[in-house]
Amino acid sequence: MLEIFLSLLILIGAGFTLVGSLGLLRLRDFYSRLHAPTKATTLGVGSLLIASAVFFSNQGDGLSLHEVLVTLFLFITAPVGAHLMAKAALHLRLQSLARPPTEDMLEGGDCSGPDASGSAMTDDSESDPAGK
Amino acid sequence: MLSTALYVAFGLVSAALLISFWRLLRGPSQPDRILALDTLYVNTVALLVLLGIHLRSNLYFEAALLIAMIGFVGTVALSKFITRGDIIE
Repeated sequence: MLEIFLSLLILIGAGFTLVGSLGLLRLRDFYSRLHAPTKATTLGVGSLLIASAVFFSNQGDGLSLHEVLVTLFLFITAPVGAHLMAKAALHLRLQSLARPPTEDMLEGGDCSGPDASGSAMTDDSESDPAGK
Repeated sequence: MLSTALYVAFGLVSAALLISFWRLLRGPSQPDRILALDTLYVNTVALLVLLGIHLRSNLYFEAALLIAMIGFVGTVALSKFITRGDIIE
């Protein structure tokens, strides 16, 4: 029973890690690429660390709490790192595929107008946003 | 059952490492490369945790913790260098 639970946790964790890296490979824009590793990969590693904590707690040496340290550290530092990387990208003025709001939308205060939702999604060119 | 799951997980995490390395080599911009390095660090932590379970050894947590800390410091230093042009002002 415990073995099934551990195997499930390990497979879920490894799967989420792979999904995070796949997002890093497949998404077309730095600002969307930033989402995949900082969320999916962190969740996957958290799942693996839970599996490890359960495994070593059942080895007979008492409760194993090293993993909590790693988990806490990763879960605190991942958003901070993502924030700093986003600031660096903004400083370099990387282009985002989503259009920024226009003057009319800002003055009207209506950011969810019909012209805002339609035009942002049609820009499907394969060119790299940073190469412009 | 556990060892089979571990081998599958080794494969998946190694594939994730290779994909991140591809983004590190390929990345069109500097923040992309920093992000790929950060992902490589987190994937290495995952691989070390898996290795610790596989070898039934408690030793690998110190290594995982060290890699996580050094990876965070590296990410902060590189991003800081891009935004400010200097790391320690």
